[in-house]
Amino acid sequence: MMQFMLLFSRQGKLRLQKWYVPLSDKEKKKITRELVQTVLARKPKMCSFLEWRDLKVVYKRYASLYFCCAIEDQDNELITLEIIHRYVELLDKYFGSVCELDIIFNFEKAYFILDEFLLGGEAQETSKKNVLKAIEQADLLQESQSEDWGSLPNEEIL
Amino acid sequence: MPAVSKGDGMRGLAVFISDIRNCKSKEAEVKRINKELANIRSKFKGDKALDGYSKKKYVCKLLFIFLLGHDIDFGHMEAVNLLSSNKYTEKQIGYLFISVLVNSNSDLIRLINNAIKNDLASRNSTFMNLALHCIANVGSREMAEAFASEIPRILVAGDTMDSVKQSAALCLLRLNRTSPDLIPMGEWTARVVHLLNDQHLGVVTAATSLIATLAQKSPDEFKTSVSLAVARLSRIVTSASIDLQDYTYYFVAAPWLSVKLLRLLQCYPPPEDAALRSRLTECLETILNKAQEPPKSKKVQHSNAKNAVLFEAIALIIHHDSEPNLLVRACNQLGQFLQHRETNLRYLALESMCTLASSEFSHEAVKTHIETVISALKTERDVSVRQRAVDLLYAMCDRSNSKQIVAEMLSYLETADYSIREEIVLKVAILAEKYAVDYTWYVDTILNLIRIAGDYVSEEVWYRVIQIVINRDDVQGYAAKTVFEALQAPACHENLVKVGGYILGEFGNLIAGDPRSSPLVQFDLLHSKFHLCSVPTRALLLSAYIKFINLFPEVKGTIQDVLRSDSQLRNADVELQQRAVEYLRLSCIASTDILATVLEEMPPFPERESSILAKLKKKKGSSKLPDLDDSRRTVNGSSEHAEDTEAVNINVNQGPIHTSTDILNLNSTPSSGASLLVDVFSDMANPAPTEGSEDHFPRFVCKNNGVIYENQLLQIGLKSEYRQNLGRMYVFYGNKTSTQFLSFSTSVTSDIVLSSHLSVQAKPVDPLIEAGAQVQQILNIECVSDFSDAPVLNIQFRYGGTLQNIAVKLPVMLNKFFQPTEMASQDFFQRWKQLGAPQQEVQKIFKAQNQMDTDVAKAKLLGFGVALLDGVDPNPANFVGAGIIHTKTTQVGCLLRLEPNTQAQMYRLTLRTSKESVSQRLCELLSEQF
Repeated sequence: MMQFMLLFSRQGKLRLQKWYVPLSDKEKKKITRELVQTVLARKPKMCSFLEWRDLKVVYKRYASLYFCCAIEDQDNELITLEIIHRYVELLDKYFGSVCELDIIFNFEKAYFILDEFLLGGEAQETSKKNVLKAIEQADLLQESQSEDWGSLPNEEIL
Repeated sequence: MPAVSKGDGMRGLAVFISDIRNCKSKEAEVKRINKELANIRSKFKGDKALDGYSKKKYVCKLLFIFLLGHDIDFGHMEAVNLLSSNKYTEKQIGYLFISVLVNSNSDLIRLINNAIKNDLASRNSTFMNLALHCIANVGSREMAEAFASEIPRILVAGDTMDSVKQSAALCLLRLNRTSPDLIPMGEWTARVVHLLNDQHLGVVTAATSLIATLAQKSPDEFKTSVSLAVARLSRIVTSASIDLQDYTYYFVAAPWLSVKLLRLLQCYPPPEDAALRSRLTECLETILNKAQEPPKSKKVQHSNAKNAVLFEAIALIIHHDSEPNLLVRACNQLGQFLQHRETNLRYLALESMCTLASSEFSHEAVKTHIETVISALKTERDVSVRQRAVDLLYAMCDRSNSKQIVAEMLSYLETADYSIREEIVLKVAILAEKYAVDYTWYVDTILNLIRIAGDYVSEEVWYRVIQIVINRDDVQGYAAKTVFEALQAPACHENLVKVGGYILGEFGNLIAGDPRSSPLVQFDLLHSKFHLCSVPTRALLLSAYIKFINLFPEVKGTIQDVLRSDSQLRNADVELQQRAVEYLRLSCIASTDILATVLEEMPPFPERESSILAKLKKKKGSSKLPDLDDSRRTVNGSSEHAEDTEAVNINVNQGPIHTSTDILNLNSTPSSGASLLVDVFSDMANPAPTEGSEDHFPRFVCKNNGVIYENQLLQIGLKSEYRQNLGRMYVFYGNKTSTQFLSFSTSVTSDIVLSSHLSVQAKPVDPLIEAGAQVQQILNIECVSDFSDAPVLNIQFRYGGTLQNIAVKLPVMLNKFFQPTEMASQDFFQRWKQLGAPQQEVQKIFKAQNQMDTDVAKAKLLGFGVALLDGVDPNPANFVGAGIIHTKTTQVGCLLRLEPNTQAQMYRLTLRTSKESVSQRLCELLSEQF
């Protein structure tokens, strides 16, 4: 089972974190700091897997973003690498050539897509079509409802 | 602003995010965030009721701030309010906030549970999914309590939408991980298993994860999943690549599902049903075949997905460990990856081969790749890959290649990364000890270790070399000479000084005859290092000095002068001072006899598991450590191990002066009364469990009853009787714990060759063993023709939550089918001559491993099964025996002669039988016994 997934930039900025095991905020921060450092220190041609504590870390870099998953001892590294890739494909299809900014400004969408794809640390739905269908349906629900308060006074600027 | 903003954008949020990104410094960011927090707080507290949209927007901003790494201590209530909104978008943000920010002990949990309950009951699949995702994300105990019975119902209800089923399955999986006691097994379990047959592959994927997790804990409950999983897997691997539509990933059919099905099958032993078993074997063969086909795409995703399935299939093959063909094929295919251009594949191949090395079927096949692995060690640029190569070399090491592997590891150690040096040191030390035939090699290896990586040589390692030197008198002189030479180096590691001090103190006399290493030279050499050493090492050296006074009376004066000097007698360190004072007094007032008694050579250490191995297990976790071939005895094979190390303490206490610490104690605190080398065994009170131990096997060559296996949970005792070519073995399984063993089952497996020579029928055994109880199983054995391997008894049971697997080599050897034959001297010689053809005789000359005792040897030969013939051999010290091996197809007459040479501590064993293979095997078995 996947224990957590982290997305961070080349500068070490955390862009998304998903934890499938209960940990305190302090532990999460410590793990994040340690892993970001370890992964960023690795050279490009190195292998995508490393032993870390009693877990296996699987990571891959896409443009400026690192996707990094921690899995358990018996889990399959290669299929996890493709979990990452499928997630990237989903983001890419949804945003249309996804870039880091999309994930920064629409972080909630990135979470929603992840929840449709992975749940409890396991793949829930591996079909790209089915995941995107679910997300698009939800978007439709939003759009049809958003008309209700489209006319509210604009208080966006603080 | 981003180019794309789907759904309804929240402009205020986007502006805020832009502001944060534009902050030039950390301080500016904190300032901007604090301003925003103050604003949101005032909005939430304000008199004006906020509309849903604003609430959603502010909650989202709080979430963003939290994800930046700042603490958020308000807004939870507003998020909970959003849950009950009937607008999807508000509900969704509410759930997201709760999933990310609410920890399980929040007092809002009841309110949250209420909202979830409503959504689960809504029959709107989108809302139900949101609620299920939230439960799976939070996974708290309160949620488990509230929904543990509801979710299984949703999962198996006929009218539940597919996507809801998927969420429900994984939601249940999460709750089962956090609160397994709250998930009731029931009639739903059978229906969940049938989801493996579902038409929707997404449902099957989610259900397989759930079933694999549950089956690990209660395999019996989900036994029926095996046949369904095999059927499903078979359909996937034989499907054309487009059949599965969107579940085909880069031309690979449903790779995720395949991996999960293969994982599920790893919860079970190989199927007993022959048809099912062959179908599974076919699947595995197909996967191995497909991996060999030319790639359908150049994309790395294609090769990754294909190989992910391949590696999982290999994991299953290793788990079953029953199909030699598949194991060897797996090994060959992994061998190709060892030189693949993808680093990832090289890494995984090395890792996977490590487990293959521990299977007897594939061990030899793995060994053929030794050169590639060694070159990986030298050329890989990534330390994690090199680490895997070290692991694999360790796993594939046996007597045939140990010298090469140890040499390669030593040379790698010179340049190895600091992070893995200590582990390599431990591994080298273990291998050197385990496979030492020649102990001079062992001593050289350890001294090399200290020279190359002294800082990484832990206490366990140098304690161990001392234990071994003390227990083996054939290596003591060599050890003394070698450390003496090593100490000549101008700069040597402190660990070498410790070993040198200890060994010269014990055995310096063995090299004192040579004027180049006369007592005074030895002492001067040691003392030249003294001032550079730390306090514990100096303490050890002082003990070596007092031992010198006993060994070499001629240097007494010199040493007394040293002890008497102010730097010793008035040393600021209490321990050093005390030793100096006491040793000086001891040397002045004690008579030679008393000195000789007090400072006697250390008695041999009792034979125990190597503490280095225990340390490595602790470091790596015993599960990750492949079992090495344990058939060889440990090096402490000396027979005089009866004395306990306490003898040291007694000696000291008998001395004329009272010391509060014993003589060789390195600890500066007298209260920890353990003597130096007793510490080595501190881990021994609870030895790590070893699976499939073969330690006891050789002991059963000459006897039929005893304990063959024991760990913390289980003891296995044997009683056996043999008559002609038949045997019956009573196996007693004793539960040592205070908990029942469930699903207890056993099977006896022989490889293909062996099973045609020896048949073993096991009677059924009770599946339940009560705490502290013992159950018995009967094995009926028939020897069809002569054989050399041994069958394996596999035991499987559940203890607590986990499945235990134990494999024990059954001591059924060819000599068990001996019938002793008495004959007169003249008959013996006549037959001896008849069996004179070169291939009928096997002879072996070997060194005695135990004390050479006539009565013990007689007892062993009788236990081996032959009749001892007195007065046949002109030399009364020799033994002559005769017997007939009974097999179903034939009878083989055997004559043997054992000639001890007590001076050389050697034996010569000669066997003559009418069949070459019988002579060979009997000679192998018997020669290990002396």
